[in-house]
Amino acid sequence: MDVGRSRLRHHWSVYAALLPMAATVLFAYIGTVLWSVRISMSNSRTFPSDSFVGLAQYERLFSSERWTVSVHNVLVFGVLFILACLVIGFLLAVFIDQKISGESVLRTVFLYPYAMSFVATGLVWQWVLNPELGLQAAVRGWGFEGFSFDWIVSQDKVIYTIVIAAVWQASGLVMALMLAGLRGVDEEMWKAARIDGIPRWRVYASIVLPQLGPSFATALVLLSVGVVKVYDAVIAMTQGGPGTASEVPAKFIMDYLFGRANIGLASAASTVMLLTVLAVIAPWLYARSRSNRNAREA
Amino acid sequence: MAFQLKAVLAGMVMGFGALGAAQAQVKAEVIHWWTSGGESAAIKEFANAYKAAGGTWVDSAVAGADNARAAAINRIIGGNPPTAAQFNTSKQFHDIIAEGKLNDMDEVAAKEGWDKILPKPVLDTVKGKGHYYAVPVNVHMPAWFWYSKAAFAKAGIKDEPKTVDEFFAGLDKLKAAGLVPLALGGQSWQERITFNAILAHVGGPDMYLKFYRDKDANLVTSEPFKKVLATFKRLHNYVDAGSPGRNWNDATAMVISGKAGVQIMGDWAKGEFQAASQTAGKEFGCFPGFGPKSPYIVAGDVFVFPKTTNAEAVKAQKLLATTMTSPAAQVAFNNKKGSIPIRTDVDTSKMDLCAQAGVAIMKDASRQLPDSEMLATPDTIGAVQDVLTKLWNTNQSVDDAAKALAAALRT
Repeated sequence: MDVGRSRLRHHWSVYAALLPMAATVLFAYIGTVLWSVRISMSNSRTFPSDSFVGLAQYERLFSSERWTVSVHNVLVFGVLFILACLVIGFLLAVFIDQKISGESVLRTVFLYPYAMSFVATGLVWQWVLNPELGLQAAVRGWGFEGFSFDWIVSQDKVIYTIVIAAVWQASGLVMALMLAGLRGVDEEMWKAARIDGIPRWRVYASIVLPQLGPSFATALVLLSVGVVKVYDAVIAMTQGGPGTASEVPAKFIMDYLFGRANIGLASAASTVMLLTVLAVIAPWLYARSRSNRNAREA
Repeated sequence: MAFQLKAVLAGMVMGFGALGAAQAQVKAEVIHWWTSGGESAAIKEFANAYKAAGGTWVDSAVAGADNARAAAINRIIGGNPPTAAQFNTSKQFHDIIAEGKLNDMDEVAAKEGWDKILPKPVLDTVKGKGHYYAVPVNVHMPAWFWYSKAAFAKAGIKDEPKTVDEFFAGLDKLKAAGLVPLALGGQSWQERITFNAILAHVGGPDMYLKFYRDKDANLVTSEPFKKVLATFKRLHNYVDAGSPGRNWNDATAMVISGKAGVQIMGDWAKGEFQAASQTAGKEFGCFPGFGPKSPYIVAGDVFVFPKTTNAEAVKAQKLLATTMTSPAAQVAFNNKKGSIPIRTDVDTSKMDLCAQAGVAIMKDASRQLPDSEMLATPDTIGAVQDVLTKLWNTNQSVDDAAKALAAALRT
């Protein structure tokens, strides 16, 4: 009885400490989300309005060709970007982990792109990839007349140039996370593997990699967030073009929110984005809570 | 001694207090997006004129037109509006009028005789429900043709084209001479400027108005309009492979260096030529359209004055409106901005060749054509722009594009 009461008292202080954060979440996050959903069912233009038009904005959204292209692009971008970043980041970390000289210099070099704003580096990428100014013109100038690399002006391939630039920017971050994970691997294990005569690549693949789970999970979360909000790379490199070939949902939302003064449609698009993200993470959260419960019961 | 010091301090405090009160009377906070070199030099002319009239100018420059407008709207919604905020001479601020969140400037308009001095397209845009809600500060023409004299000479083009056919013949000559005929930044807004020029000059002012003002769906699928779309698409043969995504000033640089022949761009491009120390009529030329009767598209910037009941703020708003439209400030501002004054009763002797031509044309009201953004909402313009950029960049047929445009006009 006494124990129960003291636990209750103990809990109360914890709840009290959590209260400001809970209030913030309730009003600042959930409150604004609900408000956005409400706005998405109105015909608000520059100003939020109280009108109710049902799902009309959603109908317009899904009949919009530009939105369809945007969603398709972000899927292609997301899959390629995450895979490439994880692979390249892991390999970079493994190479740097080989006790090479100048490690800190290389680490800085690889991590540096992440520290720079895409508004600046995106413009450089735009110039490098431009067929009349950059790589293609340079290689042709060296005498290889047949060389062609004009992805950035191609309807079908422009999204891959965004992937390339984004991978260049983010793989350094993955490398840093992986390197921290690799440094956490027990030295003793390497010694044991050497005694057993196991090749290095095999140790990495079968012993080290499975231990890097938490590093991968962190990287995955950070990269996924980057995918959902990809905007600056597109603005700096292509402005969504040529045509609408490299449009992304975040740019759609920003365009309608400000330039096109239709916050109703912009809110509908944001709501769809939110539901999509929830649909992706809900099964994962469910699986995790189940495995936690199983672990507890066991 | 101590007493003296105290007295001096007290005097200073009182002095500053009085000064502060005097300043507070006509203190004006102005949100605008003029942040580049030439632009901030231009807005400084307004600030100086306002100071000379006895006011205090508080500059709130926000980089990027969209960001600046968003900042102004957010502050209006939040109940802490600036004294004045910049918008384009367009429908951008009409929602704010509808919400009743702007002070009218009827008094200033009546005193200055706006009905007589302002061009009709501008007057129609700043006026709503019989009141004047915005102060126009300049007239920009968003679709001038800028050309390199060196490139024209190399291609053997003697005169500025007087018809569309002559224009295309000139582009062919430029192409044959190994130059880039049309310098275009392949971003959707620049493609739409190009389309607007073709619509105004090939389709004519009536078709232009039927399209943007009346949103006539029957027009869009008619043969004459499809001819305009086809002419627009035909221009694609004259751009270089590096065009997509290029910024407008990079395209201007191609004309400046003589690598390209022509660019269709607003008169803000003049700043780039000036920065490269080129003079209109010497190294580069300009024409607003084909022939002596060509339409002249009228766009520009305005300042609006968010609603407030604070008498001091209202006083500041009126002083701002009077200062900005005064002939001296108009000339000083527009010479640096590259645009032309909103009134034609000004001294043109210090203007360059293109601006003088612009002022002369503006005197003929029949040639004035409102900019598309004065006629349609940003939402509709955006939908049209999405269709045009697809037509320009893909193999879409003109028929399909016409159908898509008809749908876009319904938004």
